Amino acid sequence: MSDLAIRSLSKSFGGVRAVNDVSFDIKRGEFLALIGPNGAGKSTCFNMINGQLPPDSGEIWFEGAKLNGKKPRDIWRLGIGRTFQVAATFNSMTVIENVQMALISHANQVYRLWKPAASLHRERALELLAQVGMQDAADRPSRELAYGDVKRVELAIALANDPRLLLMDEPTAGMAPKERNDLIALVKRLVIEKGISVLFTEHSMDVVFAFADRIIVLARGRLIADGDAKSIRDNPQVREVYFGTGKTFQKSEAH
Amino acid sequence: MSFNAFLFQALNGLSAASGLFFVAAGLSLIFGVTRIVNIAHGSLYMIGTYIAYSIATKVGGAFGFWGGIVITALLVGLIGAAIEIVLLRRIYRAPELFQLLATFALVLVINDATLWIWGPEDLLGPRAPGLTGSIEVLGRRLPTYDIFLIFVGPFVLWMLHLALAKTRFGRLMRAATQDREMVGALGVNQAMLFTGVFALGALLAGLGGALQIAREPATLATDLIVIGDAFVVVVVGGMGSISGAYLAAVIIAEVKALCIGLGIVNFGGFTVNFSKLTLVAEFLVMAAVLIARPYGLLGREQVAVRSVAEPEEPLRPSTPATKIAGLILLVVLVCLPLIAKNSPYTLVLGIDVLIAVLFATSLHFIMGPGGMHSFGHAAYFGLGAYGAALLVKWFAAPMGLALAAAPMLALVGALLFGWFAVRLSGVYLAMLTLAFAQIVWAAVFQWETLTGGSNGVLGVWPSAPFDTRTPFYFLTLALAAFGVLLLRKFLFAPFGYAMRAGRDSPLRAEAIGLDVKRVHWLAFAIAGAVCGIAGGLFAFAKGSISPETIGVSRSIDGLVMVLLGGIQTLTGPIVGASVYAVLQDYMMRSTEYWRALLGGIILLLVLAFPSGIVGGFVKLISRRKTTSKAAS
Ligand SMILES: Nc1ncnc2c1ncn2[C@@H]1O[C@H](COP(=O)(O)OP(=O)(O)OP(=O)(O)O)[C@@H](O)[C@H]1O
Ligand SMILES: [Mg+2]
Repeated sequence: MSDLAIRSLSKSFGGVRAVNDVSFDIKRGEFLALIGPNGAGKSTCFNMINGQLPPDSGEIWFEGAKLNGKKPRDIWRLGIGRTFQVAATFNSMTVIENVQMALISHANQVYRLWKPAASLHRERALELLAQVGMQDAADRPSRELAYGDVKRVELAIALANDPRLLLMDEPTAGMAPKERNDLIALVKRLVIEKGISVLFTEHSMDVVFAFADRIIVLARGRLIADGDAKSIRDNPQVREVYFGTGKTFQKSEAH
Repeated sequence: MSFNAFLFQALNGLSAASGLFFVAAGLSLIFGVTRIVNIAHGSLYMIGTYIAYSIATKVGGAFGFWGGIVITALLVGLIGAAIEIVLLRRIYRAPELFQLLATFALVLVINDATLWIWGPEDLLGPRAPGLTGSIEVLGRRLPTYDIFLIFVGPFVLWMLHLALAKTRFGRLMRAATQDREMVGALGVNQAMLFTGVFALGALLAGLGGALQIAREPATLATDLIVIGDAFVVVVVGGMGSISGAYLAAVIIAEVKALCIGLGIVNFGGFTVNFSKLTLVAEFLVMAAVLIARPYGLLGREQVAVRSVAEPEEPLRPSTPATKIAGLILLVVLVCLPLIAKNSPYTLVLGIDVLIAVLFATSLHFIMGPGGMHSFGHAAYFGLGAYGAALLVKWFAAPMGLALAAAPMLALVGALLFGWFAVRLSGVYLAMLTLAFAQIVWAAVFQWETLTGGSNGVLGVWPSAPFDTRTPFYFLTLALAAFGVLLLRKFLFAPFGYAMRAGRDSPLRAEAIGLDVKRVHWLAFAIAGAVCGIAGGLFAFAKGSISPETIGVSRSIDGLVMVLLGGIQTLTGPIVGASVYAVLQDYMMRSTEYWRALLGGIILLLVLAFPSGIVGGFVKLISRRKTTSKAAS
């Protein structure tokens, strides 16, 4: 059974067709990479799936429910977590409070006025931080973190509601190559352990080819390829897109 | 009203629109380029009326009048340039609210300077030489000067358009309005551009003021009235749009003229005196426009201004030291009646300060953690005060009941207004909250049969056992401490965290299931209710309540208190309110020119402590800590 089904999704900004008739599926527990050059429409896809942008046309289904027209907060409650290309965290809070906030929301305790928030779900928040290797920074202000660490905190936040689908827009941007590998390996482990499905974008092809179960390629808003690492590597159209933009698979690793 | 009378009023409206347009256009230009909302713009207009009056009467004749108008405009332009160079240039990088605070301080200083130079009397200028007559229009006499004014507005609009389109300066201004950073990148001399724009805006304000002297006397109350009107016009027209400003000026002036023209109308036994609705009408128009088109009639969505606010420290529960300090403060406050046995005035001041603290803390609740910069917190103060006072007046309610009703009425008002306000942000939210506060103020002012109009409600005295000073002081202390601690508790609770989450990153907040608007709406309501308590206490403390105590200046007092203390700390509003209330009281008693003094102090504080008193103190300590750590 497919977990997420995208059907003929389109979105234009003014004259730019950012996403053009895109369809794909994610199966339960699948680790799916969405790749493509800058401006291909990857983030726009994410924004439509999590309800931030309304699609011009097309449908989005998750576990048999149609997501079109739903708000991001409702989609989150259905079990879809998300991280952003430019990490978004709460800067006036500590690292652990960021995670606690998500746990509080998950437990429907947002409108409570009495018990201090810092005392709620602390254990669980520490566990989540431990999963992404950030437990030692738990009580630091999140705005002091290095960018790579912020990304990891974001992942912990996204995991707080035990999502069944995780949308990760460039989770490793701003990280060193070794860190990238570790983070993606970690996510891959989660996929296997918890049966979470993941849709992610990533500019390092090494990482993509090493970990992704399947790869789909977007170029100028269109889906041009769908398959495993080998078939993508050998796909002439994909090669052309990457060479055409002055990028090679090798060079893009340094990106 | 006959159709002719209707048309005649419409003409009157057009001549009033020109004056409004000049101020609003200047305000709008300045905002577009510098992103500063210049509250002192009404003051520049006011200076214009006084200078033009002086030239017209001292020099006399046609040259004194017409030449005086031109000279006045140029002089006010120069004053604007001077203000920009001396003051504003230093605060472009400061948080938006600090800029507002600084320009508000200017209002105070300019008002007192005007008082000092020209004295307190209203000054009526001469009729315009050459345009003293009137002609018959639609069976009524319309002064020729008004007809002249009708044409001046569109003429200046046309000139401005030409200047913006054809000159290099104009093109730069338009580019800067669209993208400030880009102009910096082009290597344009930004300082010159900003000074030039400010001077041009000031010149327009001065021109508007100078043109008015033949119609209305120059008075010291002009500054706040004009800035209120100009805000409405700019917001209705769209920030940064000159044509929008003219369109809005015409609409507002027409609506007002229409209200006056309609007069008293009978709706099946229910009489409405429309001429008394002029004030409410203007703000109703603004509220309606903001709700339907949040960026004004011809405005474009504001480019998110990169936040230059200082990053905020995480909330930490109070340390033992703070707890002890708080306890000591409370003990001192409880003992104040004993300590101040020989100076009964101390208790009066104490009550004022406590009410101010409650007022400022409730405002800080939405401004700081909620990130909603309300310019109309006086509304909820007023609803509380009038709610309590009217219950006493009409139903002879006991104090307990009246004080309980105060937050209820304020809560209802805040729920209603807040629902609209949280849909906007930044300057637009500030202006909408201001509009709501003005609606409350105008309703109170103009609904004489219920509220006593400008006389207010008298004889609101506390009932026994609180009818003497000391017990009433204790009551105030208890309620203020309760309110402050309650809000503090909320901020540490999940709800307060959700407020900050929605402020820090609405994107992330919505992506983890928070309904940011709803959280902020409820926060707005809670703050309103607590503010209502302060209002109720105020009515009983003074024994009366009148419209002027719930006007714009109270909203601005609240802002100043919060910003003085520092918006990023929870103790900030307490310190800020105390300092401000005591300073104001002390200065009001010691000098006639207390406004200028207060303004001067605010300016110094803004320049010296850009993060408020408590904020500056905290930073000082942390700097000390890091240096001592480095040393050891
Ligand atoms: N809010 C918007 N308004 C106008 N155009 C937009 C908007 N968001 C995206 N675009 C345009 O849509 C196209 C796709 O953008 P998108 O951000 O989805 O690309 P991307 O594949 O995520 O690129 P990158 O790898 O750089 O993140 C681009 O041409 C971009 O300029
Ligand atoms: Mg992207």
